[in-house]
Amino acid sequence: MSAMRNVVVSRIQSLAPGIKEFTFVAPPGEELSRFSAGSHIVIHSVLKGKPHHNPYSLLGSPDDPHWRIAVRRQEVSRGGTAYMHEELKEGDTLRVSEPINLFPLVRLGRKYILVAGGIGVTPILSHAREMSRLKMDFEVHYAVRSAEFLVLSDELRALAPGRFYTYFDSEQERPDFKQLFGNQPLGTHIYVCGPSGMIDACLNAGRAAGWPESHLHSEKFLAAEHGEEFTVVAAQSNVTITVASDTSLLDALEEAGLNPPCLCRGGACGQCEAEVVSCDSEFEHRDIFLTDAEKSSRKKIMPCVSRVKGGTLILNI
Amino acid sequence: MSIPFRQETFRDDFTYRNSAEAVRRFPFPFPQDAYMYSVNIEPHVSVDPGSVYEHTFDIDEHYIAECEDRAITLGKTKNRFLALPHMMDAQWDTLELLMTSMARDYPDLFALSRDGAKWHWMNKPLNIDQHFVFGDTRTLPYAPLEYISRQGQGDFILLDQREGNLWVDAGVVTTQADWSLAFDVGMSFNEWHGPVPMAAEIGVFDRALKFLLMLQHGAPVRRLNWTMTINPRLDTSPEHYDQWGPDRASVTPENVGAKVHLRVEVQTLFRLPRSNGVLFGVRCYLASLNDLVTNPAWGQRLHRVLRDLPQPLAEYKGLVRYRQTAVDWLKQFDQSHS
Repeated sequence: MSAMRNVVVSRIQSLAPGIKEFTFVAPPGEELSRFSAGSHIVIHSVLKGKPHHNPYSLLGSPDDPHWRIAVRRQEVSRGGTAYMHEELKEGDTLRVSEPINLFPLVRLGRKYILVAGGIGVTPILSHAREMSRLKMDFEVHYAVRSAEFLVLSDELRALAPGRFYTYFDSEQERPDFKQLFGNQPLGTHIYVCGPSGMIDACLNAGRAAGWPESHLHSEKFLAAEHGEEFTVVAAQSNVTITVASDTSLLDALEEAGLNPPCLCRGGACGQCEAEVVSCDSEFEHRDIFLTDAEKSSRKKIMPCVSRVKGGTLILNI
Repeated sequence: MSIPFRQETFRDDFTYRNSAEAVRRFPFPFPQDAYMYSVNIEPHVSVDPGSVYEHTFDIDEHYIAECEDRAITLGKTKNRFLALPHMMDAQWDTLELLMTSMARDYPDLFALSRDGAKWHWMNKPLNIDQHFVFGDTRTLPYAPLEYISRQGQGDFILLDQREGNLWVDAGVVTTQADWSLAFDVGMSFNEWHGPVPMAAEIGVFDRALKFLLMLQHGAPVRRLNWTMTINPRLDTSPEHYDQWGPDRASVTPENVGAKVHLRVEVQTLFRLPRSNGVLFGVRCYLASLNDLVTNPAWGQRLHRVLRDLPQPLAEYKGLVRYRQTAVDWLKQFDQSHS
């Protein structure tokens, strides 16, 4: 189980249509821990009686006494971002995880190319801040739908003067990854965060240019998408649960009082890996942790984002 | 709480001794009569007031003497403090973790006051009163990791995380059980565990690495490791094997109880907040067989563990030369002869 703490919402600020920035401080008498570039926290919220757990990157400076995140309201929200945008008020107390980093800085690079798409700018900003402090060689490429969505750009421009490039969909502008990666010094690392299509295009361009996987870094959080209702049996605990179509398997296990270990809740960290005893229907693996062979073995599942298409799933938990 | 610090040595005349209280709280490492490697990791939380697990970094009656022994080792030999350049943030993280923990857990011994980056550290047992600027190496007499390690018990190793692995990229290592920081620096988790027999085959390292890569700030873990050392010597380094290796041949049925020491390492692992590195603390506790058999349950169990230890482990731990002598002597404390 990940370490948890309370924070108090000290400021809510609108950055762009559908995008808000939230500032959190520690409750009186406590201190927030510092964190490393690329870290996120998981916010636990309850909306209409249902628990939600959403990861958000910390975009502020680790030296500040507060934590900052930015949240885009998802049109098809499973509730977490709607809660943040519509229910949360300044002065409220939130239950959040301590910082977790699945997108850490490799400090041995010769040069860094940071690529952000939309709200994916948040971890990229924290990396730019760290690279600026450490006097590393880096440049920032930031693509958004149109100029009004170019949030947090003043901070980025100040951190990377003369090395900050923007691209607007509305102007038919896109980063040319092939050109960008085709002529970089050996030892350059790419950090990309944004929509899936952009991440894939960016990483594929890096691979095509002959870059090693160890120099390609991406962060993609997977929302636990909805699916069919199914039944799960926790064999060790002898508990049978119905997982509703709009609830993740992990949330359902937790509601039933089981607390499997978990960290990122985004299919990336591997902490909640569960052993499958049997399953009489099809798997919907949505994580990026298990290998293809493991996914087709029908022996493992990541309950935070993956599920089955109806029927009964028996887990060894 | 006041700790009666002992005046003693860990070399030459070996005046190191444990008080009855130190023996009582010794972290005896065997939960059963037979020993084999396992992923024996548990949360590093405070338990059992008075035990070595009560505080984040245990300070005991040997504190001053251990710091003195470390200063001798750092002064006489090379490469006991090493840090690759990208580990500077992890060094400061470590200094912060040790100072805040020690001041919180032992307020009568240590004090830390912070005004932004201006820090004031007081270490009463060692008579240190240091004003410095956090993050500015010019304001400390040593690099941050060496500075704070000179005021701590046990070794401190800093691991960098990248490429799905952990790399030994810095450390202060003077109380080690026959391994060399200078040799291991820059190695990955799998490389530096390469010499350990039997463990890789049972998957211990793969599982431990996977677990440690997910180690979270605020949720440190600990495990125990053990070996044996002749005479209460902290610095058993491979570079100076000539000075301590021959001691193994000095064990006789007459001196075995006093000479042979069980060496237990309380190993702690902390995710470091600012650097995303991992601090690996290796705290060494020494107790002679004479100390240990004052607890009848320990005497009986240690006899069985040593007697039945698989030969490859005995060889790796360097016990072969005197194991039988120790087993023969311990037998008198295992009357049921299971």
